[in-house]
Amino acid sequence: MLISALDRKLLRDLSHLRGQVITIALVVACGIASYVTMKSAFQSLVYSQSTYYERYRFADVFASLEQAPAAVAERLTAIDGVREVDTRVVQRVMVPVEGLTRPAVGTVVSLPRHGSRGLNAVHLTRGRLPDPTRSDEALVLDAFAEAHGLSPGDRVAVVMNGALRQLRITGFGMSPEYVFTMPPGAMSHDPKLIAVLWMGRDAVAAAHQMEGAFNDVALTLEPGASQADVLGALDRVLAPYGAFGAVPRAKQPSHYMLSSELSQLESMAGFVPVLFLFVAAFLLNVVLSRLVYLQRSQIATLKAVGYADRDVGLHYLKLVSLVVLLGAVVGVAAGAWLGRAMTELYTGQYFRFPTADYRLTADVVVISVSISLAAAVVGALAAVRQVVSLPPAEAMRPPSPVVYRRSVLELLGLSRLLGPSARMVVRELERRPLRLALSSIGISLSVGIVVIAGYWSDAIDYMLDVQFHRSMREDVTVTFVKPLSARAARELQSMPGVWRAEGISAVAVRYRAGHRQRDSALMGYPRDLELRHLLDSTGERVTLPPTGVVLTRKLAEVLEVRVGDSVEIELREGSRRTTSATISGLVDEPFGMQGHVDEETFARLIGQSPTINTALLRVDRAERAQIFERLKRLPWVAAVSYPGEFREQFEGQSGSIMRVYTLILTLFASIIAIGVVYNNARIALSQRSRDLASLRVLGFTRGEIAAILFGELSAQVVLALPLGLWVGHLLVQALGATVDPETYRLPVFVSLRTFAFAIAVTVVSAVISFFLVRRKLDQLDLIGVLKTRE
Amino acid sequence: MDTTSTTVLVAKGLTKVYRMGEVDVHALRGVDFTLHQGELLVLLGASGSGKSTLLNILGGLDVPSSGTVHYLGQALHSASQSELTRYRRDNVGFVFQFYNLIPSLTAYENVALVTEIATDPVAPDEALALVGLGERLHHFPAQLSGGEQQRVAIARAVAKNPRVLLCDEPTGALDYQTGVQVLEVIDRINRELGTTTAVITHNAPVAKVADRVVTLADGQVHRDERNMTRIRPSEIRW
Ligand SMILES: Nc1ncnc2c1ncn2[C@@H]1O[C@H](COP(=O)(O)OP(=O)(O)OP(=O)(O)O)[C@@H](O)[C@H]1O
Ligand SMILES: [Mg+2]
Repeated sequence: MLISALDRKLLRDLSHLRGQVITIALVVACGIASYVTMKSAFQSLVYSQSTYYERYRFADVFASLEQAPAAVAERLTAIDGVREVDTRVVQRVMVPVEGLTRPAVGTVVSLPRHGSRGLNAVHLTRGRLPDPTRSDEALVLDAFAEAHGLSPGDRVAVVMNGALRQLRITGFGMSPEYVFTMPPGAMSHDPKLIAVLWMGRDAVAAAHQMEGAFNDVALTLEPGASQADVLGALDRVLAPYGAFGAVPRAKQPSHYMLSSELSQLESMAGFVPVLFLFVAAFLLNVVLSRLVYLQRSQIATLKAVGYADRDVGLHYLKLVSLVVLLGAVVGVAAGAWLGRAMTELYTGQYFRFPTADYRLTADVVVISVSISLAAAVVGALAAVRQVVSLPPAEAMRPPSPVVYRRSVLELLGLSRLLGPSARMVVRELERRPLRLALSSIGISLSVGIVVIAGYWSDAIDYMLDVQFHRSMREDVTVTFVKPLSARAARELQSMPGVWRAEGISAVAVRYRAGHRQRDSALMGYPRDLELRHLLDSTGERVTLPPTGVVLTRKLAEVLEVRVGDSVEIELREGSRRTTSATISGLVDEPFGMQGHVDEETFARLIGQSPTINTALLRVDRAERAQIFERLKRLPWVAAVSYPGEFREQFEGQSGSIMRVYTLILTLFASIIAIGVVYNNARIALSQRSRDLASLRVLGFTRGEIAAILFGELSAQVVLALPLGLWVGHLLVQALGATVDPETYRLPVFVSLRTFAFAIAVTVVSAVISFFLVRRKLDQLDLIGVLKTRE
Repeated sequence: MDTTSTTVLVAKGLTKVYRMGEVDVHALRGVDFTLHQGELLVLLGASGSGKSTLLNILGGLDVPSSGTVHYLGQALHSASQSELTRYRRDNVGFVFQFYNLIPSLTAYENVALVTEIATDPVAPDEALALVGLGERLHHFPAQLSGGEQQRVAIARAVAKNPRVLLCDEPTGALDYQTGVQVLEVIDRINRELGTTTAVITHNAPVAKVADRVVTLADGQVHRDERNMTRIRPSEIRW
């Protein structure tokens, strides 16, 4: 015989149980897929980033200066540990673009001369490079060009060194130096507002009187070179030329933002998918161990006719491994597909890398598949062990006779309220509390992961609402090019259509308490502050006390100080003086850590009359467009925006990716929930089919026995729902602990919508399962069930 | 029959106690028992007298609380799990009251399940032909009558060519006609193959087909008698 009788049994069991096999495999698949999707997308982005950096020779160190003669470059190359030096001319420009209320901020970067490769190379996405001999051609950052619907051949106006020039766009490009562009005053990256233009070196130099000179240096380090030493040497060489201080790659703006985006992504790719993987594994374990245990008397028969424990164990091992492998194939394939899609979404729309280097590493697959497999094997073998440890004579009998008791409800005298069917349901549930508990816990875990999948969206909405709606009350936010005296706010207030203007001061400080310290910002507000609300943990407004400083709660925790304690505040700019203030209150802010003071306290702390960096305006909404126009013409205004704009930007970028993330996880969580509820129902059917068939023989109708079974299942689901919402809440708390609380704090807040969705998924899958089981129940072969002993 | 012939199974002072919470159930209270080579033995006794318990211990499906059992000199009471498995696999054929067929396997495959692991098996179709089911090889248990299922179970038990055939109420779930058919099969196997056989029954008339009849009562051997004449199953009336 080609295939042994035992393997034949295996195949028949698989096909007989196909509904369960498929749904269990889907549970495995979803666990694996969520892990593979998120992990591989994250790894691919990190990999894409590093290949991008490498291929386009992203520099390790950056320095800018007033101006230095070209010959100085030789001395830079001679610095110990420096591998390659690229000197450039880089200039700030203004780019007035049609449709923008104010000019975009632009940077013109010189391209390396012919024959030199240069660092921070440009990847050409469309068109051609500018002709180095022409001073009216430029290559434009593709994100900016696309945001404005420009195309090669179009003209763009640029204010260079005070003169308005019309440049012809020769093509679009991208560079590792400008993956993220953050305009001053913006809260998130907005490709519309930042232009980068690459032009021939001579053209840029001529426009800024920098022939034979440079004002920007990028360099790479030898492997193993000391970065600090190179930075020091570089500063020494460039000091005579008006250097602004060299910065390492870690502080390069685009890289810094990219890194923090990636670390945020890492926290999203960490906890939740791992949780999914483990929940799926746990459910797999429970379901498979029950499935195997149902074959208790078959296992005993196999033993009785001479099969060894090992043979029996191996048989069930094969059964569960096939189910897991089926799920693993589907899960890895789906995970790889979605992982690639997510990677492309990120690299294409958000990060803008030249290529998405998707890669799925073996360890991601091996880890996720082996966790699932291990859970399945442990579950199945535990069940087999439980059966084979009994003498076959005993295992062949139906499981130990249960002691019937009168149910608690009956003892309470409620039995008259219960019909005979209901009484049976209640007795069955009370007789097997463990089974009820395990089933409910299983379902509640799946409810819990549906909750946590939806939570990300809730968290974002909540934080955005707090930040941009409840906290920022202004109609217009004006950012200044440099700190100005309080007169600026009064000037804005006098503009037509402006009802109210409030100036906000900000200064970089170091907070110190005992030996603990943190670098952060100190914010100063006018006494009659209205347009910015500080909020406590309940969302209630905290009014600034006239004296003392109000700290972000997390900052107080870090410094280990309480309200009433005193904190030292050292300026990190200007006079660098140190003063101290009493902590007069704490606020809960979703982002960052800072201190807030009244304008007078601010003046006392910095030791001079305060300057303001930002103004908040309340305006006549009908005139907002004209006011924007007027504001952008003021030379001391860097940016004009409104809170809703930040929000829209966020929604359109990382927000939209977070929604995709939420959607994928919700989908997986829902499938897991369906799989678990369905399998619970099917197993209950198998466990009870003999009893139910006997009842049918006794004259019960199909509806009546269905009611008994569904009564039991409903009890499981009803118990599981509140438990599941609670589990979801716990998971949300656990998730909050996985993000760095000093950067942002996830609110422990789950919306009713998310809770309702989790309940709906579970209830709908229960109803569908009932329907499918009901069909099986109707087809119950009465004689067959009673005649053959399983 | 020659009483001095080899004894296949010897049990001495067997007891079996089931702990049921507070109470101990004494299923066997000191049973001495022998099974001789080639004989057909019938075990009689009231319900609960310990018949199944004894048979399960003899067949290595269970172990006694005290006492000894030897199979051709090999101690079963102290055997390890894997020794018991080997013993069952090589030497014992079982027939249970509720057949215990694997529902997902056909008649043929249920028999093959055993022949595949046996050392000197009979081909499954031959074994099924022996019990008169040569035509029903590819039916699943649910497609067979109770008597047919029991005959598949017998075919499964004898296909491995066991030294000992142990049957626990093989006719218990069957009507008279079918019961007789099943007994015919067992009788023939015992005569033609010389397989040492022990059969439990509730039916006193069935005892007439045996060489020897042992009666249990309350966990002890109450009677041990040799039949003067052994009749054919078809001659039984009950
Ligand atoms: N697993 C068990 N746990 C507790 N008591 C048991 C167990 N198995 C058997 N018994 C008890 O041991 C005694 C003997 O049981 P056994 O099954 O050997 O009887 P039997 O003679 O085969 O009866 P029947 O003719 O009804 O099959 C009975 O009182 C029975 O209740
Ligand atoms: Mg019995």
